Amino acid sequence: MANKLISQMGLQSSISNIFAARNIRTAKDALSLTEFELMELLDVGLAEVRLAVAHISEAASPPCQTALSVMKERCHEFFPTQLKGLDEALGGGISVGALTELVGPAGIGKTQFCLKLSLLGSLPTAYGGLNGRVVYVDVESKFSSRRLLEIGANSFPEIFHTEGMAKEMAGRIIVLRPTSISEFTECLEKLKVLLLQHQVKLLIIDSMAALVTGETEQGASMNQSLGWHASFIKSLAEFSRIPIVVTNQVRSQISAEASQYTFQARRRDDVLEVPERFESQLVAALGIQWAHAVTIRLVLEAKSGQRFIKVAKSPISPPLSFPFSITSSGISLLSNDGIEMPGPQINTIHCQGHNDIINFDGGRLL
Amino acid sequence: MFHEDDFFTRITTSCADMDNMLGGGINCKEITEIGGVPGIGKTQLGIQLAVNVQIPLDYGGLGGKAIYIDTEGSFMPERALQIAQACIEDIETNGFYRKDFHVNMEPTSFLENIFYFRVCSYTEQIALINYLDKFISDHQDVKVVIVDSVTFHFRQDFDDLARRTRVLGGMALKLMKLAKQFSLAVVLLNQVTMKYTEGSFQLTLALGDSWSHACTNRIILYWNGNERYAYIDKSPSLPSASAPYSVTAKGIRNSASNCKRVKMM
Repeated sequence: MANKLISQMGLQSSISNIFAARNIRTAKDALSLTEFELMELLDVGLAEVRLAVAHISEAASPPCQTALSVMKERCHEFFPTQLKGLDEALGGGISVGALTELVGPAGIGKTQFCLKLSLLGSLPTAYGGLNGRVVYVDVESKFSSRRLLEIGANSFPEIFHTEGMAKEMAGRIIVLRPTSISEFTECLEKLKVLLLQHQVKLLIIDSMAALVTGETEQGASMNQSLGWHASFIKSLAEFSRIPIVVTNQVRSQISAEASQYTFQARRRDDVLEVPERFESQLVAALGIQWAHAVTIRLVLEAKSGQRFIKVAKSPISPPLSFPFSITSSGISLLSNDGIEMPGPQINTIHCQGHNDIINFDGGRLL
Repeated sequence: MFHEDDFFTRITTSCADMDNMLGGGINCKEITEIGGVPGIGKTQLGIQLAVNVQIPLDYGGLGGKAIYIDTEGSFMPERALQIAQACIEDIETNGFYRKDFHVNMEPTSFLENIFYFRVCSYTEQIALINYLDKFISDHQDVKVVIVDSVTFHFRQDFDDLARRTRVLGGMALKLMKLAKQFSLAVVLLNQVTMKYTEGSFQLTLALGDSWSHACTNRIILYWNGNERYAYIDKSPSLPSASAPYSVTAKGIRNSASNCKRVKMM
């Protein structure tokens, strides 16, 4: 919509030509200027500018729907993870058309979860799968086909022992390994084509943080790039109606970190509880702008040696935490009844008592 | 000018403490900016207001319709349905519900009265806000315009911050005009960022200092211990105060805690 051409909007030809003469060709060009700037640039009166802007605005506006028509049209689809308690908390599973983030410390199980999801994406619908292709963006080369097949064989033995099925399932998972943000951006563009052909049913990016930290540019321009990617990925999810899962890393919280507003800092008498700063306090990487951008955030953490998966941010779910463990068939919940966690603790990430790194090349499973 | 105040109608937030702090609810004819960290409940409050504006006049609503401008894809119609259902139940259990009401009290009809726009770039956001003048002229029963969030597309696409400030300023003026001309409430949801002030990094609402002057009212939603609070950061007529609230399956409601109270500064 932003790139809609002014020449095709049905404006009066006199004013349309003036826009073209001043190199204002798209809606974006015109609407990025204020009324006075346009008056000056085009050398026309305010009334004429207002008329033209109104016309361009109407042409470039998104279409109107009612919330009811959106609900009927989308019939909100969910992609079940087959973890009963989690699916229930999320309203059915991973939200289709939204961006779900998995954040947690190294070795906690994010990649394991992603492998299970990619498997589910490729499975026939009779087994609760999406029966489609899965694109797995594997930034840190963590994707293991061996582990994928192991999960498959243990979770769905009926399918995987059938001749050739294992190969077919694995064949549906496309693994991409971009080594830079620009390569990643190219991948996304190519993905659009595949999505248009309705072949890809699930996109997993493991991990977003690794892509960003590898770049030499930091600071404001990285934030901009991250913001652009978040926006693009979300649009992709929404318009192609697929679920997108992104993993994120953690970093330690610096004591100088912001956690209060100016008015809170001034009111010293009022603070009910100082947020706990001791222990291994970790925060999600990629910053607060990214945290705003994701639709749903699932935090994976370890407390006193037990792993938990928490629904930290979601427009439809209550803040619940589920204990889980990593098994030969992927991830399984130890209890389907989540523990309700009121307060900001749903967002905090712990890493206590979790020292062993999962090593699947003959290592141990916790 | 004194009499104008009588015509200031308000939309209830469904949380009595917050309503009391706000003098009855969110004000019409004004822009109210509501900001907070991810997960604090901005979208929840936005959806609650889109439902509550439709409540008949006698029950704290305006009997009007809502425009919900979704820039982030956070709006989930199922959640709006859930909130609408709870809202209807609350009105019915309050015992004042009369059978002769002409209002169609079905959750789906509440959803029908929310005009939804999905905005994918700042150009679309500006275009839409410009277009609202015409749209609302054709739909004069719209009594609230919610933008969720006003920030998202403006945080990344602008290299020239001075330009961004000018564009945002123009947008704020347009919205102010809409609010006054059609006597509706404009609610802008904002994100947070970090700013170095008074010797340390602190949280602040996004979009910069100039933007912070653009809105008539500003409410910050924040965590205090395990409770959610709303704080009046800026208002032409109300004193600074904070009120606890909670996000439940029914929507925004009073806080369940026993030590709740509206705190004045």
